[in-house]
Amino acid sequence: MSSTEKVRLNVNGTEHELEVEPRTLLVHALRDNLGLTGTHVGCDTSNCGACTVHLNGQAVKSCTILAVQAEDAEITTIEGMGTEDNLHPIQEAFWNNHGLQCGYCTPGMIMSASALLARNPNPTEEEVRLGLEGNLCRCTGYHNIVKSVLDAASKMGAQA
Amino acid sequence: MSVTEAPSGHVGRKLRRKEDPRLITGRARYVDDISLPGQLWASFVRSSEAHAKIVSIDVSEAAARDGVHAVFTGEDMSDLGGPLPMAWVPPGVEVNNPEHWPLARGIVRHVGDPVAVIVGEDRYAVSDAVEGVVVEYDPLPAIVDPEAAIAGAPYVHPQFETNKVHEWTLAGGDVEAGFAEADVIVERRVVNHRIAGAPIECRGVLADYRAGSLTLYTSTQVPHFVRLFMALLLGLGEDHVRVVAPEVGGGFGQKLQVYGEELFACWASRKLGRPVKWIETRSENMSVAHQGRDQISHVRMGAKRDGTLTAFHVKILADFGAYNMILTPLIPSLGAFVMGGCYKIPNVQTDITGVFTNKCPTDAIRGAGRPEATQMIEVTLDQVAHELGMDPLEIRRKNFIPKEDFPAETATGVIYDSGDYHKTLDKLMEHVDVAEFRAEQERLRSEGIYRGIGFCTWTEICGLAPSRITGPAGVGVQAGLWESAMVRVHNTGAVTVYTGTSPHGQGLETAMAQITADKLGVDPSVVEIIHGDTSMGPEGRNTYGSRSLATGGEAVAKAVDKVVAKVRAIVAAELEAAPEDIEVADGKFSVRGSPDKGMALADVAGIAYIGAVPEGMEPGLEETTFYDPENFVFPFGAHACVVDVDRETGKVKVVRYVAVDDCGRAINPMLIEGQVHGGVVYGIGQALYERVYYDDDGQLNTGTFVNYAIPTAAEMPSFETDRTETPSPVNSLGAKGVGEAGTIAASAAVTNAVIDAVRPLGVDYLNMPLSPLRIWEAINQGQGASPEGGPQS
Repeated sequence: MSSTEKVRLNVNGTEHELEVEPRTLLVHALRDNLGLTGTHVGCDTSNCGACTVHLNGQAVKSCTILAVQAEDAEITTIEGMGTEDNLHPIQEAFWNNHGLQCGYCTPGMIMSASALLARNPNPTEEEVRLGLEGNLCRCTGYHNIVKSVLDAASKMGAQA
Repeated sequence: MSVTEAPSGHVGRKLRRKEDPRLITGRARYVDDISLPGQLWASFVRSSEAHAKIVSIDVSEAAARDGVHAVFTGEDMSDLGGPLPMAWVPPGVEVNNPEHWPLARGIVRHVGDPVAVIVGEDRYAVSDAVEGVVVEYDPLPAIVDPEAAIAGAPYVHPQFETNKVHEWTLAGGDVEAGFAEADVIVERRVVNHRIAGAPIECRGVLADYRAGSLTLYTSTQVPHFVRLFMALLLGLGEDHVRVVAPEVGGGFGQKLQVYGEELFACWASRKLGRPVKWIETRSENMSVAHQGRDQISHVRMGAKRDGTLTAFHVKILADFGAYNMILTPLIPSLGAFVMGGCYKIPNVQTDITGVFTNKCPTDAIRGAGRPEATQMIEVTLDQVAHELGMDPLEIRRKNFIPKEDFPAETATGVIYDSGDYHKTLDKLMEHVDVAEFRAEQERLRSEGIYRGIGFCTWTEICGLAPSRITGPAGVGVQAGLWESAMVRVHNTGAVTVYTGTSPHGQGLETAMAQITADKLGVDPSVVEIIHGDTSMGPEGRNTYGSRSLATGGEAVAKAVDKVVAKVRAIVAAELEAAPEDIEVADGKFSVRGSPDKGMALADVAGIAYIGAVPEGMEPGLEETTFYDPENFVFPFGAHACVVDVDRETGKVKVVRYVAVDDCGRAINPMLIEGQVHGGVVYGIGQALYERVYYDDDGQLNTGTFVNYAIPTAAEMPSFETDRTETPSPVNSLGAKGVGEAGTIAASAAVTNAVIDAVRPLGVDYLNMPLSPLRIWEAINQGQGASPEGGPQS
């Protein structure tokens, strides 16, 4: 077998130490080693954004970095956003606005939307559309995704 | 029923989806989220050649690698019960149908054709080992252009001594007589280019054969079909095969298939005694998962001076790629059934010729034949209107089948169930002020901005399908296309519904729960919908052709009605009333006029399961239905698209899109809007951005999302949607399908809008894809009314 390396990953507030091949993509470490299967893979060219997670608060495509490069970073995945009983306002907004159909792109969309709203809490429709350009959806035509993000922005703004 | 009328129950409400909590929290399980103990991985060695003899395959280096358990080639799989299925046998029509195996035997016929497969420890190890397989090819001439392929050699399958797959005609009236009556005849070449299905979840399978039984998890729309063919091809009893479609990340027709990779994984799991998983990469998906459209048509439309249409004749050359998949040659015929659109055209004929080329096979992709038909009808109709100097909406209104004609038999004998085409167009006009638009268009042109508006008034055929029409003695599909449902009321009054459909994003769990809840007087939250598992519930016929609500939902309604009949009998006995006087209101079954003395479903279930039922009645509360519809359903609508074309670059921007749809009675208007949005973008994507492109040697130039452009949020506008409701008389719900509607309408609306925008620049006709280069070339060549549809770039 190929040689492996130890890597410490801090995911959703929990420290994990795992043995991975140096070439292991972060998305595969999350999915295969840690069982966090909410982060999806939809392409092999970093176009689709289904694998988007947060790395120190920034949205990154977890298929574009190696697990070893994420050592000591704070990683947040969809599983760290909210639970069924305690949804994150963006998750709630996607539910309320029919912002998903098959759901496959949804975790990545939510993670991108969350990073977008952290940068720009009160975006215009145009800014949401440009901000989600790196996340592909084949079901919704984006209409209700954009609506969800704008709704989440207004709810989160009201809470702040 | 007016759409403004408030719904009295759950049906008709914008209920948020039951599916969503697991999806928005990352807790859903798609195929790649499932792993089994001892699982091995598979990775395919795929042809780099479009057409070649396989001289040798050297697997020795790959087989010796760490982590590799086995390497298989086509010869190893000689024990299959037969080749991959093609399920269309049209009576009296000869279809050339070559053998198609999961791994190529001797010859590869398109780039990506599988040659060998590695099975090993993990996904990285098997991908590495693929690189170690050395395949020597002896290239054969590749034929890529369908018009060249139909003209003669080289042949994709030499045994047929032709590349022709079949010929099929649907005709009504006498088109030549119709053209003789016409004052104007417009002829065009309509190219409907090849597109990729491209669900965001690629395909994936996990097969687990143990102790004589097979379980297959597969990202499919059609688990019941897959079970049948796995059983037949592996020599297993259907009772020993369980197929599960877990969460499925989009289908769009691409997952209406029985694929070689599914069969391989099952075969290999049996051979190796270990679960075998294969997860498709996007590059594989773009080169080997079946693609769609790819038709070149010569169309003729005849009209009288006043705009009355007299004849429509289309000759379709359909490029099927290298093999027939499960329904490949049938797909263009689905368009033929609605080739008159929503117009009263007395003479209509569709002649279809299928052709093999050295490309990925085509089959059903969202709309499947009907977007192509609508493009031909609606774009050509605009050309006729222009020729006559008529307004494009006026010619539509002139020829609409009037509502009093329904059920309306078309020239080809198809019976449209219901329609009111003026009503949807009137509704569209409430949103779009055409006179104002024309004034603005004129003003913008003076500023150098080329804005255009395009319309599409469409209908389609869906709700597959009446078995007597589509079955072996009819159109020739080798299956009945009814649907099943089983409803179980539990001891506590909770309800489980098993549907034979297999949704993958449509929201059927929510819609079916709404239907069930109203009839049983319960909340939709206590109705669980189970789908996509052949071991749970009755045999089913899966999801495609906008059938899941009109056919599957009606099956649910009928099964629930059977339960309700039993409930009423029990309640009648308890309350000493007649069953026909028992009604459901406010969550209780009570005697009409005495709502205070009612029984909730849980109370009735208690009686049913204790066994204290009326004499002669079986205990329990569970019913099954198989529903075979009497007819198809025919949704319709009126769409308008506004675009700006950049004169300098040829780039198109969709400025506005308004969709008025009529899919019968709405079960959940929110789901309808979602289907329309997504469908429209699918059509806009084809019209403006997407194109599967093979070069002259059969090499695929669009093998990833880098060079195959599906629309992003940044290019798309927000949409304006509205509805009319013309119930279908075919089913008790009054419902029609809506999953394909937007796609069927949009590409024609966009095309007409672009042509309208560039007419002042001397361009009267264009074919898709309306890429900046094509439009720029057309503008700069000032190519006028070229029937060829502009440059072919």
